[in-house]
Amino acid sequence: MTIFEGEHLWPGQIGHFFVILALIAAVVSTLSYFWAAKSTDSIAKTEWVRFANITFTIQAFSILVIFSTIFFICAHHYYEYMYAYKHASKELEFKYLLACIWEGQEGSFLLWSIWHSVLGLIILNSRKLNDWKAPVMSVISFSQAFLMLMILGIYFFGVKIGNSPFTLTRNEIPAPIFSQANYLTFLKDGMGLNVLLRNYWMVIHPPILFLGFASTIIPFAFAYAGIQTKKYAEWTTAALPWALFSLCVLGIGIMMGGKWAYESLSFGGYWAWDPVENASLVPWLILVAGVHTMLIHKSTGHSLRASYLFAFLSFIFVLYSTFLTRTGILGDTSVHAFTEAGRAINIMIGLFVLAFAIPSMILFFVSYKKIPAIHQEEETSSREFWMFIGSLLFFFAALFIITITSIPVYSKTPFLKDLIIKIHGGPLAMPEDAEFLYNKVMILVAIIIGTLTAISQYFKYKSTPKKFYLKKLILIKIVALVVTLLFYKILPFTFYNHGVGFLIAIYLAFFAAIFAVIANAIYIISVLKNSFKSAGGSIAHIGFAVMIAGILISSSNKTVISDSSVNGINVPIGKDPMSKKKDDPTENLTLVRQLPTKMGDYQVTYEKDSLGHEKGRKFYHLNFAKKDPAGTEIESFQLQPDVYLMKDNNMSSNPDTKNYLTKDIFTYISFAINESTNTDTAQFRETEMAEGDTGYYRNGFFILNQVIKNPTTEKYHYNSNSVALMADVTFYGKDGMHYKASPVIQADSLGLLQIDDTVYAQNLYVKFAGVSENKKIKLGIKESQSFIDFVTVKAYIFPYINLVWLGLIIMAIGILMSIIHRKKIPLLTATLLLILATAGLFYMFLLAN
Amino acid sequence: MKRMHIIILIGIVSSIIGLLMFSVDFSTYDTVDSAKNKPGKFVHLIAKLDKSQPIIYDPIKDPNYLSFYIVDSLGGKTRVEYHNSKPGDLEKSERMVLKGSMGKESFECKEILLKCPSKYKDDKKKLEKEVTEQTSQKSI
Repeated sequence: MTIFEGEHLWPGQIGHFFVILALIAAVVSTLSYFWAAKSTDSIAKTEWVRFANITFTIQAFSILVIFSTIFFICAHHYYEYMYAYKHASKELEFKYLLACIWEGQEGSFLLWSIWHSVLGLIILNSRKLNDWKAPVMSVISFSQAFLMLMILGIYFFGVKIGNSPFTLTRNEIPAPIFSQANYLTFLKDGMGLNVLLRNYWMVIHPPILFLGFASTIIPFAFAYAGIQTKKYAEWTTAALPWALFSLCVLGIGIMMGGKWAYESLSFGGYWAWDPVENASLVPWLILVAGVHTMLIHKSTGHSLRASYLFAFLSFIFVLYSTFLTRTGILGDTSVHAFTEAGRAINIMIGLFVLAFAIPSMILFFVSYKKIPAIHQEEETSSREFWMFIGSLLFFFAALFIITITSIPVYSKTPFLKDLIIKIHGGPLAMPEDAEFLYNKVMILVAIIIGTLTAISQYFKYKSTPKKFYLKKLILIKIVALVVTLLFYKILPFTFYNHGVGFLIAIYLAFFAAIFAVIANAIYIISVLKNSFKSAGGSIAHIGFAVMIAGILISSSNKTVISDSSVNGINVPIGKDPMSKKKDDPTENLTLVRQLPTKMGDYQVTYEKDSLGHEKGRKFYHLNFAKKDPAGTEIESFQLQPDVYLMKDNNMSSNPDTKNYLTKDIFTYISFAINESTNTDTAQFRETEMAEGDTGYYRNGFFILNQVIKNPTTEKYHYNSNSVALMADVTFYGKDGMHYKASPVIQADSLGLLQIDDTVYAQNLYVKFAGVSENKKIKLGIKESQSFIDFVTVKAYIFPYINLVWLGLIIMAIGILMSIIHRKKIPLLTATLLLILATAGLFYMFLLAN
Repeated sequence: MKRMHIIILIGIVSSIIGLLMFSVDFSTYDTVDSAKNKPGKFVHLIAKLDKSQPIIYDPIKDPNYLSFYIVDSLGGKTRVEYHNSKPGDLEKSERMVLKGSMGKESFECKEILLKCPSKYKDDKKKLEKEVTEQTSQKSI
């Protein structure tokens, strides 16, 4: 038995102990809450609840300890732990230490359970919910038990239950090094956070999204409580603020993902109908339906059964989306590369889904008849009627999206798989234009929803006199029509790719959105008489409609300006002019260094490149200049998209965006020369030089001015863990021109790193090859025959994209106002809350770039 | 009009949408050989890069022309043409999903989805390699 040196085993033991404790506490509190809810004796009930509260608090505390332990391990770079080795590294900035925890599957389950704990503690301590507490908490505790199983990592009868985040590297990786007692002295650094994820969105998006996911369990739990306590009709009032909260947070979380994709990943937009995006949108859509049916029920008593169904389904679909994204079943269809953690955990996740889906659905259908329903039909002139239609439409839209998104699942289901192959002639795959498949259905949904959002506010609950709504609505309709027509004149939609029919649909949807904005605004002014407290709903509707309008404009009028078939120096070859479709522009343009190239309205010049603070990151300075017909420059700005060159020579590209109020110019590097693999037949010729010495090259001579220790320049940022030398060299060409070059050599614990420099005008590569005796250095010079530095870019213009973010913010604030109104939060707290939320959202979505 | 009527109406609308959806030409996952049997049809191929053949990409000449060869698990081979920029990690990919249709001489690719080993930290073999590389470097 080897005794390993330098290991810190105690944090792992603590962590592991608390995982087990949290699991046991969660199971005990589930059972206790369950008994408490069942019990008819009020004294026994109180006793059980008190006991369960204690156990739930213990599990919440344990989860906090587990999380802190993982953080501790990662922050101290204890690479004897697999989790730290896989996700942390020494160069990671502090903020990414948190992000690296939720990069892994175990960490994200933990994040989820932290939110469940927080929400559970809030419910546990709220005074008003007395009778609901036990059944609601039993559901939350039950899900906590499942989440703890996911990170348990213990073998039961040869089956491993869950993956522990506290496993040791030497037990997980079968490399010979781990038989050495001093293996840790070799394991100097971890793999770190994937560079694609090193972005501040990675710090903030997962916690918000998981809070959204976690909070959907509360409406679910209340619906269960309604059936369990047999007080079928009363839960909606208590659940509604929670459902609104969930709607608000989940909505923000989803759009944060969109914003992240837009500004720092090269997907070319904020929404791509990617399965991973859809999976989180579906619960949100169902939640929208649920919130509206709950509202109907509160005011009229109708739609209770639908409220049950939607409350159950939104959480079930959250679980299902976990199943889709975490089991790797989407592998061939999604650009997101979520890690898959093995068959055992996949089965566990499947069980998690079923453990909630099956009992809740059985309970729903068994007690369906007992759930009270009003058998008298609603009037068509009543608000509840149209709200219900709208909810139903949201629900159908959600079902449609999830049906398509689940295509990869069908191909892995026995029987269904064979059936599909029989009918379809092969495994089912998405059609050629998958986005259009969604868009053509969703545009219809948008038209109807927009119209419903506009009109239904003008109906009163129960029934409405005809005169009342007709008069107002017609006026609004005319105004909206005028706006749409004006838009048609000034900034028409130019999306012809799918024919005139679709273009008309876009206009109709745009009209519906404008109609909704104006109708709701007028409603606030004239009907609510500026009673701001109760305007939350209308404000949320305005936000939603603004967002729809923004989506329509920015997506349909998105233009590619890096179209090299029109502007560039390149003529595409090997392309059939007949089959070349209008919607298939050649989207990449090559920019040769220092050569201005026309791109849309701009002259774009690739001026220079520079290195970032992180290793392997390179920024390309692109100058965009706009000139008027006379040739004078109107405006110019610089964009710096960058590329990460990863350890294994893979590249990752981050866009840069110029924001205007009315449009965004968005560009990213689609191809860059990888200098390390760039094959060049010319060889480096090494010269030994001291400061002040002169050397020669084909076109002139060069002088080593000085050698600078530990420099910081634009191309090189010295960090204190290393020793660096920079040679300051001047090249004197035969033509009398002078050029500076400053190659660097750096030594640190990882070895030597040479950062070469280039003199483009002279086709020279300059390398700091090493140090020799007598204060001399070795300078490598390579004279390349054909050396062109270039970069290939893609650039788009997204018009009015700010409307999308603005709409989201308005919607979130509207929902928040409605929560404040319903929860009767005191004015001061409410104002403070609103100001903070508004400022935060504005900063994140519109200012921080 | 009763509420049931509206519900039925919406049911009809959604089933029309459903039908519309299935009238959409859903694609299939194919092998190189089966794709060759239906030229011009939009298919998904799952294959590997054929490393014995050259990758042609000269962004200075045309940044929107990439050509390479693939081989699938049954050994079927074809040349692929892709009118877009070269994905940075093409050479490193272990597996790819190509969307497009088989032309006369080559597979006309519209979209490439790469599965790269670097994205998967949970691959034990990859981890082993990583550790071995890292530790052997320092033990010298």
